[in-house]
Amino acid sequence: MSQAAVMEHGVEPAESPLTPESWGKLGMWVFLAGDAMSFGGLLAGYGAMRVATTQPEVVGSLRWPVPADVLGIAMTSVMTFLLICSSVTMVKSLAALQDGDLPKMKMFLGLTILGGVLFLSMQAYEWTHLMHRGIYLTSNPYGAAQFGTTFYMLTGFHGCHVFGGVVYLSCVLGKAMKGGYSPTNFNGVENVGLYWHFVDLIWILVFTFVYLL
Amino acid sequence: MGKTAAGEKHEHPNYMGIFWALLVLTVAEVGAAWPAAGPSYPQFLKGALLVIMAVTKAALVGAYFMHLRFEKRTLAMIAITPMLLCVFLLFMLMPDSM
Repeated sequence: MSQAAVMEHGVEPAESPLTPESWGKLGMWVFLAGDAMSFGGLLAGYGAMRVATTQPEVVGSLRWPVPADVLGIAMTSVMTFLLICSSVTMVKSLAALQDGDLPKMKMFLGLTILGGVLFLSMQAYEWTHLMHRGIYLTSNPYGAAQFGTTFYMLTGFHGCHVFGGVVYLSCVLGKAMKGGYSPTNFNGVENVGLYWHFVDLIWILVFTFVYLL
Repeated sequence: MGKTAAGEKHEHPNYMGIFWALLVLTVAEVGAAWPAAGPSYPQFLKGALLVIMAVTKAALVGAYFMHLRFEKRTLAMIAITPMLLCVFLLFMLMPDSM
């Protein structure tokens, strides 16, 4: 139907104006934009609190500890590498589907899920290790109490997103095993890919601002 | 073959090349922040380097893995707007921190 006809009769266009392949893709992008604002709020709050506790007049146990001295940078670097690898396997899965190679697509999708599960396992180990050292949600022996709070809030929210992504990917893999996708019907895989890359992108920012800076 | 928003076919980007770029940037970031190994240099320089590298990595993931480089520009605007608003939010919170 032409644009003029749509405007005259008030009928919904058949194709999404920005993402002609599917409405779901536009929906996923709008959701990710909102989710980015959620993480942005958490990161901005973390930044404001950290700046406040590193002012010259703040001394002793109220000062923000240096994250690189307290947190395990080495293991977290491996976690970052893992998530980047899982993003690569995700994009290769979509590429394989678009090229018609379904076995390869399922293999890469499985590897992506494995990457997510390994990341969550390492995150759980890291949390347990930090709690044994006394870093909790409301207190820690290294400095400002907000250090632990912001750390667990940011990594916890991100971890929940990774968990949700693993469940989502598993559902997509399940549908793929039943032959639900093809080179002309790949939007479902594309959308889960967008979500997974977003999770990786957020981790890139969290890793930099919470662990390294 | 991948498809653009207009439905035209195009070659897949060099995903492995992007992977190596991300890996190099990650190693550089860790090197810049490593407490004992790195030379001591001003905190603001370390901060600037880390932010630039992080934004570059995020841009690579967004442009090539999320395919934004090949999508309609308005979609890229939808994606970038939250990033700009979050930076704005951070600067708006600074007076309360000082």
